[in-house]
Amino acid sequence: MEYKDYYKILSLERNADQAEIKRAYRKLARKYHPDVSSEKDAEERFKEVNEAYEVLKDPEKRAAYDQLGGGFQSGQDFQPPPNWDQGFEFHGGGYTEADSEAFSDFFESLFGRGGFSQNYGGRQRRQYSAQGENTYARIAIDLEDSYRGGARQITLKHSVLGPDGRPQMQERTLNVKIPKGITEGQQIRLAGQGEPGIGGGKPGDLYLEISFNPHSLYRTEAKTVYLELPLAPWEIALGAKVQVPTPDGPVKLTIPANSDNGKRLRLKGRGIPAKQPGDMYVVLQTVTPPANTDAQRDAYRQLSEAFEFNARKSMGG
Amino acid sequence: MKIKKFERVTGVLLDEESELSLSELCRACGVPAERIIALVEEGVIEPRQRESQWHFSGICVRRVRRAYTLERDLGVNLAGAALAIELLEEIERLQAHLARLEQRRKK
Repeated sequence: MEYKDYYKILSLERNADQAEIKRAYRKLARKYHPDVSSEKDAEERFKEVNEAYEVLKDPEKRAAYDQLGGGFQSGQDFQPPPNWDQGFEFHGGGYTEADSEAFSDFFESLFGRGGFSQNYGGRQRRQYSAQGENTYARIAIDLEDSYRGGARQITLKHSVLGPDGRPQMQERTLNVKIPKGITEGQQIRLAGQGEPGIGGGKPGDLYLEISFNPHSLYRTEAKTVYLELPLAPWEIALGAKVQVPTPDGPVKLTIPANSDNGKRLRLKGRGIPAKQPGDMYVVLQTVTPPANTDAQRDAYRQLSEAFEFNARKSMGG
Repeated sequence: MKIKKFERVTGVLLDEESELSLSELCRACGVPAERIIALVEEGVIEPRQRESQWHFSGICVRRVRRAYTLERDLGVNLAGAALAIELLEEIERLQAHLARLEQRRKK
Protein backbone atom coordinates (compact mmCIF):
# COMPACT_ATOMS: atom_id res chain seq x y z
CA MET A 1 0.00 0.00 0.00
CA GLU A 2 1.26 3.47 -0.80
CA TYR A 3 1.85 6.15 1.78
CA LYS A 4 -0.17 9.30 1.13
CA ASP A 5 1.28 12.64 2.08
CA TYR A 6 -1.92 14.51 2.89
CA TYR A 7 -0.07 17.76 3.55
CA LYS A 8 1.63 17.64 0.19
CA ILE A 9 -1.66 16.88 -1.56
CA LEU A 10 -3.08 20.10 -0.13
CA SER A 11 0.24 21.95 -0.66
CA LEU A 12 0.55 22.64 3.06
CA GLU A 13 3.31 22.67 5.65
CA ARG A 14 2.90 20.12 8.40
CA ASN A 15 2.32 22.90 10.93
CA ALA A 16 -0.56 24.49 9.00
CA ASP A 17 -3.44 25.64 11.20
CA GLN A 18 -7.04 24.52 10.69
CA ALA A 19 -8.00 27.72 8.88
CA GLU A 20 -5.17 27.23 6.39
CA ILE A 21 -6.21 23.64 5.84
CA LYS A 22 -9.76 24.64 5.11
CA ARG A 23 -8.65 27.40 2.77
CA ALA A 24 -6.30 25.10 0.86
CA TYR A 25 -8.99 22.45 0.60
CA ARG A 26 -11.67 24.84 -0.66
CA LYS A 27 -9.36 26.25 -3.32
CA LEU A 28 -8.30 22.84 -4.59
CA ALA A 29 -11.83 21.44 -4.43
CA ARG A 30 -13.01 24.26 -6.69
CA LYS A 31 -10.04 23.73 -8.98
CA TYR A 32 -10.49 19.99 -9.39
CA HIS A 33 -14.23 19.48 -9.00
CA PRO A 34 -15.14 17.19 -11.90
CA ASP A 35 -18.08 19.41 -12.80
CA VAL A 36 -15.93 22.52 -12.90
CA SER A 37 -12.47 21.49 -13.95
CA SER A 38 -11.26 20.89 -17.46
CA GLU A 39 -8.06 19.23 -16.21
CA LYS A 40 -7.67 15.68 -17.40
CA ASP A 41 -7.00 14.03 -14.06
CA ALA A 42 -9.51 16.23 -12.23
CA GLU A 43 -11.54 13.38 -10.82
CA GLU A 44 -8.51 11.59 -9.35
CA ARG A 45 -7.12 14.80 -7.90
CA PHE A 46 -10.49 15.73 -6.46
CA LYS A 47 -10.75 12.39 -4.65
CA GLU A 48 -7.23 12.79 -3.28
CA VAL A 49 -7.94 16.30 -2.05
CA ASN A 50 -11.13 15.13 -0.33
CA GLU A 51 -9.38 12.26 1.33
CA ALA A 52 -6.59 14.53 2.59
CA TYR A 53 -9.15 16.99 3.97
CA GLU A 54 -11.16 14.23 5.60
CA VAL A 55 -8.11 13.45 7.72
CA LEU A 56 -6.58 16.88 8.28
CA LYS A 57 -9.78 18.75 9.14
CA ASP A 58 -10.48 16.40 12.04
CA PRO A 59 -8.07 17.10 14.91
CA GLU A 60 -8.27 13.49 16.14
CA LYS A 61 -7.52 11.93 12.77
CA ARG A 62 -4.89 14.55 12.06
CA ALA A 63 -3.09 13.91 15.34
CA ALA A 64 -3.11 10.17 14.67
CA TYR A 65 -1.84 10.71 11.14
CA ASP A 66 0.86 13.12 12.34
CA GLN A 67 2.00 10.49 14.77
CA LEU A 68 3.08 8.31 11.85
CA GLY A 69 5.71 10.99 11.34
CA GLY A 70 6.85 12.88 8.32
CA GLY A 71 9.52 10.38 7.36
CA PHE A 72 7.55 8.84 4.49
CA GLN A 73 7.55 9.86 0.88
CA SER A 74 4.33 10.00 -1.07
CA GLY A 75 3.86 6.72 -2.90
CA GLN A 76 6.34 4.89 -0.67
CA ASP A 77 5.34 1.38 0.33
CA PHE A 78 3.64 1.57 3.69
CA GLN A 79 2.23 -0.67 6.40
CA PRO A 80 0.74 0.92 9.49
CA PRO A 81 2.85 0.09 12.56
CA PRO A 82 1.09 -2.26 15.01
CA ASN A 83 -1.14 -0.46 17.50
CA TRP A 84 -0.38 2.74 15.71
CA ASP A 85 -3.69 4.21 16.72
CA GLN A 86 -3.43 3.32 20.38
CA GLY A 87 -4.78 6.11 22.48
CA PHE A 88 -6.83 7.56 19.69
CA GLU A 89 -10.50 7.26 19.42
CA PHE A 90 -12.22 8.04 16.17
CA HIS A 91 -15.72 9.20 16.52
CA GLY A 92 -16.67 8.61 13.00
CA GLY A 93 -19.19 11.40 12.94
CA GLY A 94 -16.59 13.45 11.15
CA TYR A 95 -17.20 11.95 7.75
CA THR A 96 -18.20 14.53 5.23
CA GLU A 97 -20.71 13.65 2.60
CA ALA A 98 -17.73 13.15 0.35
CA ASP A 99 -17.75 9.78 -1.31
CA SER A 100 -15.78 7.85 1.26
CA GLU A 101 -15.92 4.71 -0.85
CA ALA A 102 -13.52 6.43 -3.17
CA PHE A 103 -10.86 6.82 -0.48
CA SER A 104 -7.60 4.98 -0.86
CA ASP A 105 -6.50 1.72 0.75
CA PHE A 106 -4.10 3.85 2.75
CA PHE A 107 -6.97 5.79 4.26
CA GLU A 108 -8.96 2.67 4.88
CA SER A 109 -6.12 0.91 6.67
CA LEU A 110 -5.83 3.82 9.08
CA PHE A 111 -9.37 4.94 9.62
CA GLY A 112 -11.61 2.20 8.32
CA ARG A 113 -14.39 2.97 5.93
CA GLY A 114 -17.10 5.51 6.60
CA GLY A 115 -20.51 3.95 6.79
CA PHE A 116 -19.20 0.43 6.36
CA SER A 117 -16.81 -0.03 9.25
CA GLN A 118 -17.86 -2.01 12.30
CA ASN A 119 -17.72 1.16 14.38
CA TYR A 120 -20.80 2.48 12.69
CA GLY A 121 -22.40 -0.89 12.40
CA GLY A 122 -25.41 -0.76 14.66
CA ARG A 123 -27.67 0.40 11.91
CA GLN A 124 -26.16 -1.87 9.30
CA ARG A 125 -26.82 -5.12 11.09
CA ARG A 126 -30.56 -4.74 11.05
CA GLN A 127 -32.29 -6.56 8.24
CA TYR A 128 -33.61 -4.22 5.64
CA SER A 129 -33.74 -3.96 1.94
CA ALA A 130 -33.24 -0.95 -0.23
CA GLN A 131 -32.85 -0.17 -3.87
CA GLY A 132 -29.23 0.31 -4.88
CA GLU A 133 -27.96 3.80 -5.54
CA ASN A 134 -27.94 5.26 -9.01
CA THR A 135 -24.49 5.82 -10.42
CA TYR A 136 -23.42 8.54 -12.81
CA ALA A 137 -20.59 8.54 -15.29
CA ARG A 138 -19.45 10.56 -18.25
CA ILE A 139 -18.40 8.92 -21.47
CA ALA A 140 -16.85 10.36 -24.61
CA ILE A 141 -18.01 9.01 -27.95
CA ASP A 142 -17.26 10.03 -31.52
CA LEU A 143 -19.61 12.29 -33.43
CA GLU A 144 -19.96 9.51 -35.99
CA ASP A 145 -21.37 7.22 -33.27
CA SER A 146 -24.28 9.63 -32.90
CA TYR A 147 -24.88 9.65 -36.67
CA ARG A 148 -24.81 5.90 -36.98
CA GLY A 149 -26.05 4.74 -33.62
CA GLY A 150 -24.71 1.31 -32.78
CA ALA A 151 -22.78 -0.16 -29.90
CA ARG A 152 -19.81 1.28 -28.08
CA GLN A 153 -17.67 -0.44 -25.50
CA ILE A 154 -17.14 1.49 -22.30
CA THR A 155 -15.17 0.65 -19.20
CA LEU A 156 -16.36 1.89 -15.85
CA LYS A 157 -14.85 1.87 -12.41
CA HIS A 158 -17.43 0.72 -10.02
CA SER A 159 -17.55 -0.41 -6.42
CA VAL A 160 -18.93 -3.82 -5.50
CA LEU A 161 -19.19 -5.66 -2.23
CA GLY A 162 -16.30 -8.10 -2.00
CA PRO A 163 -16.46 -11.55 -0.38
CA ASP A 164 -15.40 -9.98 2.94
CA GLY A 165 -18.41 -7.67 2.80
CA ARG A 166 -16.29 -4.62 2.07
CA PRO A 167 -16.67 -2.54 -1.06
CA GLN A 168 -13.92 -2.91 -3.62
CA MET A 169 -13.22 -1.02 -6.78
CA GLN A 170 -13.76 -3.07 -9.87
CA GLU A 171 -13.62 -2.36 -13.54
CA ARG A 172 -16.35 -3.57 -15.77
CA THR A 173 -16.94 -3.21 -19.43
CA LEU A 174 -20.32 -2.75 -21.00
CA ASN A 175 -21.28 -2.77 -24.62
CA VAL A 176 -23.67 0.15 -24.68
CA LYS A 177 -26.06 0.86 -27.50
CA ILE A 178 -25.69 4.51 -28.49
CA PRO A 179 -29.05 5.97 -29.53
CA LYS A 180 -28.87 7.59 -32.94
CA GLY A 181 -28.96 11.38 -32.77
CA ILE A 182 -27.66 11.75 -29.22
CA THR A 183 -26.01 15.10 -28.46
CA GLU A 184 -23.55 16.32 -25.87
CA GLY A 185 -25.03 16.72 -22.41
CA GLN A 186 -27.79 14.19 -22.98
CA GLN A 187 -27.86 11.05 -20.89
CA ILE A 188 -28.49 7.37 -21.37
CA ARG A 189 -30.22 5.59 -18.53
CA LEU A 190 -29.26 1.94 -18.17
CA ALA A 191 -31.80 0.35 -15.87
CA GLY A 192 -30.38 -1.92 -13.19
CA GLN A 193 -26.73 -1.14 -13.98
CA GLY A 194 -26.13 1.04 -10.90
CA GLU A 195 -25.15 -0.09 -7.40
CA PRO A 196 -26.51 -3.45 -6.34
CA GLY A 197 -29.55 -3.40 -4.08
CA ILE A 198 -29.28 -4.22 -0.39
CA GLY A 199 -31.13 -7.14 1.18
CA GLY A 200 -32.84 -8.20 -2.03
CA GLY A 201 -33.61 -4.65 -3.17
CA LYS A 202 -33.47 -3.77 -6.84
CA PRO A 203 -30.20 -2.46 -8.23
CA GLY A 204 -29.95 1.25 -9.06
CA ASP A 205 -29.65 2.68 -12.55
CA LEU A 206 -26.56 3.87 -14.36
CA TYR A 207 -26.68 7.29 -16.03
CA LEU A 208 -24.17 8.01 -18.76
CA GLU A 209 -23.64 11.63 -19.73
CA ILE A 210 -22.45 11.97 -23.29
CA SER A 211 -19.67 14.13 -24.62
CA PHE A 212 -17.96 14.00 -28.00
CA ASN A 213 -14.29 13.39 -28.61
CA PRO A 214 -12.67 16.34 -30.38
CA HIS A 215 -12.99 15.84 -34.13
CA SER A 216 -10.44 16.82 -36.75
CA LEU A 217 -13.11 18.28 -39.06
CA TYR A 218 -16.31 19.06 -37.22
CA ARG A 219 -17.38 21.12 -34.24
CA THR A 220 -20.78 20.81 -32.65
CA GLU A 221 -23.13 22.98 -30.65
CA ALA A 222 -26.13 21.00 -29.47
CA LYS A 223 -27.57 19.49 -32.69
CA THR A 224 -25.74 21.87 -35.02
CA VAL A 225 -22.56 20.76 -36.76
CA TYR A 226 -19.99 23.16 -38.18
CA LEU A 227 -17.37 22.50 -40.81
CA GLU A 228 -14.69 24.94 -41.96
CA LEU A 229 -14.33 24.57 -45.72
CA PRO A 230 -11.08 25.85 -47.24
CA LEU A 231 -11.47 27.37 -50.71
CA ALA A 232 -9.03 28.83 -53.22
CA PRO A 233 -9.52 32.57 -53.92
CA TRP A 234 -10.80 31.82 -57.44
CA GLU A 235 -13.31 29.27 -56.11
CA ILE A 236 -14.79 31.76 -53.68
CA ALA A 237 -14.80 34.57 -56.30
CA LEU A 238 -16.04 32.65 -59.34
CA GLY A 239 -18.19 30.12 -57.56
CA ALA A 240 -17.54 26.40 -57.62
CA LYS A 241 -19.02 22.97 -57.14
CA VAL A 242 -17.03 21.16 -54.49
CA GLN A 243 -17.30 17.91 -52.64
CA VAL A 244 -17.79 18.49 -48.92
CA PRO A 245 -17.44 15.88 -46.19
CA THR A 246 -20.28 15.44 -43.72
CA PRO A 247 -20.40 12.90 -40.90
CA ASP A 248 -23.00 11.15 -43.05
CA GLY A 249 -20.79 10.96 -46.13
CA PRO A 250 -19.71 13.48 -48.78
CA VAL A 251 -22.16 15.83 -50.50
CA LYS A 252 -21.82 18.11 -53.54
CA LEU A 253 -22.07 21.77 -52.60
CA THR A 254 -22.41 24.78 -54.89
CA ILE A 255 -20.40 27.79 -53.75
CA PRO A 256 -22.10 30.94 -55.11
CA ALA A 257 -19.87 33.39 -56.94
CA ASN A 258 -18.53 36.31 -54.87
CA SER A 259 -19.14 34.61 -51.55
CA ASP A 260 -17.64 36.39 -48.58
CA ASN A 261 -14.91 34.79 -46.59
CA GLY A 262 -16.59 33.38 -43.46
CA LYS A 263 -19.98 33.01 -45.15
CA ARG A 264 -22.03 30.12 -43.77
CA LEU A 265 -23.91 27.78 -46.07
CA ARG A 266 -26.62 25.74 -44.42
CA LEU A 267 -27.10 22.06 -45.14
CA LYS A 268 -30.59 21.62 -43.78
CA GLY A 269 -31.12 18.55 -41.63
CA ARG A 270 -27.53 17.32 -42.02
CA GLY A 271 -26.61 18.09 -38.42
CA ILE A 272 -27.04 15.52 -35.69
CA PRO A 273 -29.91 13.19 -36.68
CA ALA A 274 -32.07 13.70 -33.60
CA LYS A 275 -35.87 13.32 -33.82
CA GLN A 276 -35.79 16.89 -35.12
CA PRO A 277 -32.51 16.70 -37.03
CA GLY A 278 -30.07 19.57 -36.57
CA ASP A 279 -28.57 21.59 -39.41
CA MET A 280 -25.00 21.58 -40.62
CA TYR A 281 -23.19 24.79 -41.47
CA VAL A 282 -20.30 24.95 -43.89
CA VAL A 283 -18.16 28.00 -43.14
CA LEU A 284 -16.26 29.24 -46.18
CA GLN A 285 -12.61 29.97 -45.63
CA THR A 286 -10.29 31.41 -48.26
CA VAL A 287 -6.82 29.94 -48.40
CA THR A 288 -4.20 31.75 -50.47
CA PRO A 289 -1.53 29.64 -52.14
CA PRO A 290 2.07 30.86 -51.81
CA ALA A 291 3.76 32.13 -54.99
CA ASN A 292 6.79 29.90 -55.54
CA THR A 293 7.46 30.02 -59.27
CA ASP A 294 7.81 32.87 -61.75
CA ALA A 295 4.51 31.95 -63.36
CA GLN A 296 2.77 32.05 -59.98
CA ARG A 297 4.32 35.41 -59.09
CA ASP A 298 3.19 36.74 -62.48
CA ALA A 299 -0.32 35.54 -61.81
CA TYR A 300 -0.42 37.46 -58.51
CA ARG A 301 0.97 40.56 -60.25
CA GLN A 302 -1.79 40.34 -62.83
CA LEU A 303 -4.30 40.10 -60.02
CA SER A 304 -2.99 43.24 -58.39
CA GLU A 305 -3.22 45.08 -61.72
CA ALA A 306 -6.73 43.85 -62.43
CA PHE A 307 -8.03 45.02 -59.04
CA GLU A 308 -7.97 48.40 -57.48
CA PHE A 309 -8.13 46.71 -54.13
CA ASN A 310 -7.02 48.12 -50.80
CA ALA A 311 -7.05 45.32 -48.22
CA ARG A 312 -6.61 47.90 -45.41
CA LYS A 313 -9.39 50.24 -46.42
CA SER A 314 -11.15 49.78 -43.09
CA MET A 315 -8.00 50.98 -41.32
CA GLY A 316 -8.12 54.21 -43.27
CA GLY A 317 -4.90 53.21 -45.08
CA MET B 1 -6.00 -14.78 -27.33
CA LYS B 2 -9.44 -15.03 -25.89
CA ILE B 3 -12.00 -12.55 -27.02
CA LYS B 4 -14.18 -11.48 -24.16
CA LYS B 5 -17.83 -10.92 -24.79
CA PHE B 6 -19.23 -8.03 -22.88
CA GLU B 7 -22.76 -7.62 -21.76
CA ARG B 8 -24.71 -5.72 -24.37
CA VAL B 9 -27.00 -3.17 -22.83
CA THR B 10 -29.58 -0.84 -24.27
CA GLY B 11 -30.64 2.23 -22.39
CA VAL B 12 -33.23 4.94 -22.51
CA LEU B 13 -32.25 8.26 -24.05
CA LEU B 14 -32.88 11.29 -21.85
CA ASP B 15 -33.01 14.23 -24.23
CA GLU B 16 -34.84 17.54 -24.53
CA GLU B 17 -38.01 15.80 -25.67
CA SER B 18 -38.25 13.03 -23.09
CA GLU B 19 -40.50 13.86 -20.17
CA LEU B 20 -40.04 13.00 -16.53
CA SER B 21 -42.55 13.54 -13.74
CA LEU B 22 -41.37 15.05 -10.47
CA SER B 23 -40.99 11.66 -8.83
CA GLU B 24 -39.22 10.21 -11.86
CA LEU B 25 -36.76 13.10 -11.80
CA CYS B 26 -36.20 12.59 -8.05
CA ARG B 27 -35.44 8.92 -8.61
CA ALA B 28 -33.21 9.64 -11.58
CA CYS B 29 -31.15 12.18 -9.66
CA GLY B 30 -31.24 10.46 -6.27
CA VAL B 31 -32.49 13.61 -4.51
CA PRO B 32 -35.67 14.38 -2.53
CA ALA B 33 -38.53 16.36 -4.10
CA GLU B 34 -37.82 19.41 -1.90
CA ARG B 35 -34.52 19.87 -3.70
CA ILE B 36 -36.13 19.71 -7.12
CA ILE B 37 -38.72 22.26 -6.02
CA ALA B 38 -35.97 24.52 -4.70
CA LEU B 39 -34.14 24.23 -8.04
CA VAL B 40 -37.31 25.17 -9.92
CA GLU B 41 -37.80 28.18 -7.63
CA GLU B 42 -34.20 29.21 -8.24
CA GLY B 43 -34.77 28.94 -11.99
CA VAL B 44 -32.10 26.27 -12.50
CA ILE B 45 -34.61 23.95 -14.16
CA GLU B 46 -37.88 24.86 -15.79
CA PRO B 47 -40.70 22.32 -15.87
CA ARG B 48 -43.50 22.43 -18.40
CA GLN B 49 -46.82 22.61 -16.67
CA ARG B 50 -49.77 20.59 -17.87
CA GLU B 51 -52.96 19.86 -15.93
CA SER B 52 -51.30 21.17 -12.76
CA GLN B 53 -48.55 18.57 -13.18
CA TRP B 54 -44.90 19.30 -13.69
CA HIS B 55 -43.08 17.68 -16.59
CA PHE B 56 -39.31 17.90 -16.77
CA SER B 57 -37.20 17.44 -19.86
CA GLY B 58 -34.61 14.68 -19.80
CA ILE B 59 -31.69 17.08 -19.80
CA CYS B 60 -32.75 18.39 -16.36
CA VAL B 61 -31.01 15.35 -14.87
CA ARG B 62 -27.65 16.84 -15.71
CA ARG B 63 -28.40 20.21 -14.10
CA VAL B 64 -29.91 18.70 -10.96
CA ARG B 65 -26.90 16.41 -10.52
CA ARG B 66 -24.49 19.26 -11.11
CA ALA B 67 -26.24 21.46 -8.54
CA TYR B 68 -26.21 18.56 -6.09
CA THR B 69 -22.51 17.73 -6.44
CA LEU B 70 -21.47 21.39 -6.38
CA GLU B 71 -23.39 21.98 -3.15
CA ARG B 72 -22.17 18.76 -1.58
CA ASP B 73 -18.53 19.05 -2.57
CA LEU B 74 -17.82 22.77 -2.58
CA GLY B 75 -19.97 24.03 0.26
CA VAL B 76 -21.80 26.54 -1.95
CA ASN B 77 -25.48 27.24 -1.42
CA LEU B 78 -28.19 26.77 -4.00
CA ALA B 79 -27.89 30.28 -5.43
CA GLY B 80 -24.12 29.80 -5.72
CA ALA B 81 -24.56 26.46 -7.46
CA ALA B 82 -27.09 28.03 -9.84
CA LEU B 83 -24.64 30.79 -10.70
CA ALA B 84 -21.82 28.27 -11.17
CA ILE B 85 -23.96 26.14 -13.50
CA GLU B 86 -24.82 29.13 -15.66
CA LEU B 87 -21.20 30.23 -15.83
CA LEU B 88 -20.02 26.69 -16.59
CA GLU B 89 -22.50 26.36 -19.44
CA GLU B 90 -21.40 29.75 -20.76
CA ILE B 91 -17.78 28.55 -20.63
CA GLU B 92 -18.75 25.41 -22.54
CA ARG B 93 -20.37 27.54 -25.24
CA LEU B 94 -17.35 29.83 -25.42
CA GLN B 95 -14.95 26.90 -25.55
CA ALA B 96 -16.86 25.33 -28.43
CA HIS B 97 -16.76 28.69 -30.20
CA LEU B 98 -13.07 29.12 -29.48
CA ALA B 99 -12.32 25.65 -30.78
CA ARG B 100 -13.98 26.62 -34.08
CA LEU B 101 -12.01 29.86 -34.32
CA GLU B 102 -8.72 28.14 -33.52
CA GLN B 103 -9.37 25.52 -36.15
CA ARG B 104 -9.95 28.31 -38.66
CA ARG B 105 -6.67 30.01 -37.73
CA LYS B 106 -4.68 26.82 -38.17
CA LYS B 107 -5.64 26.53 -41.80
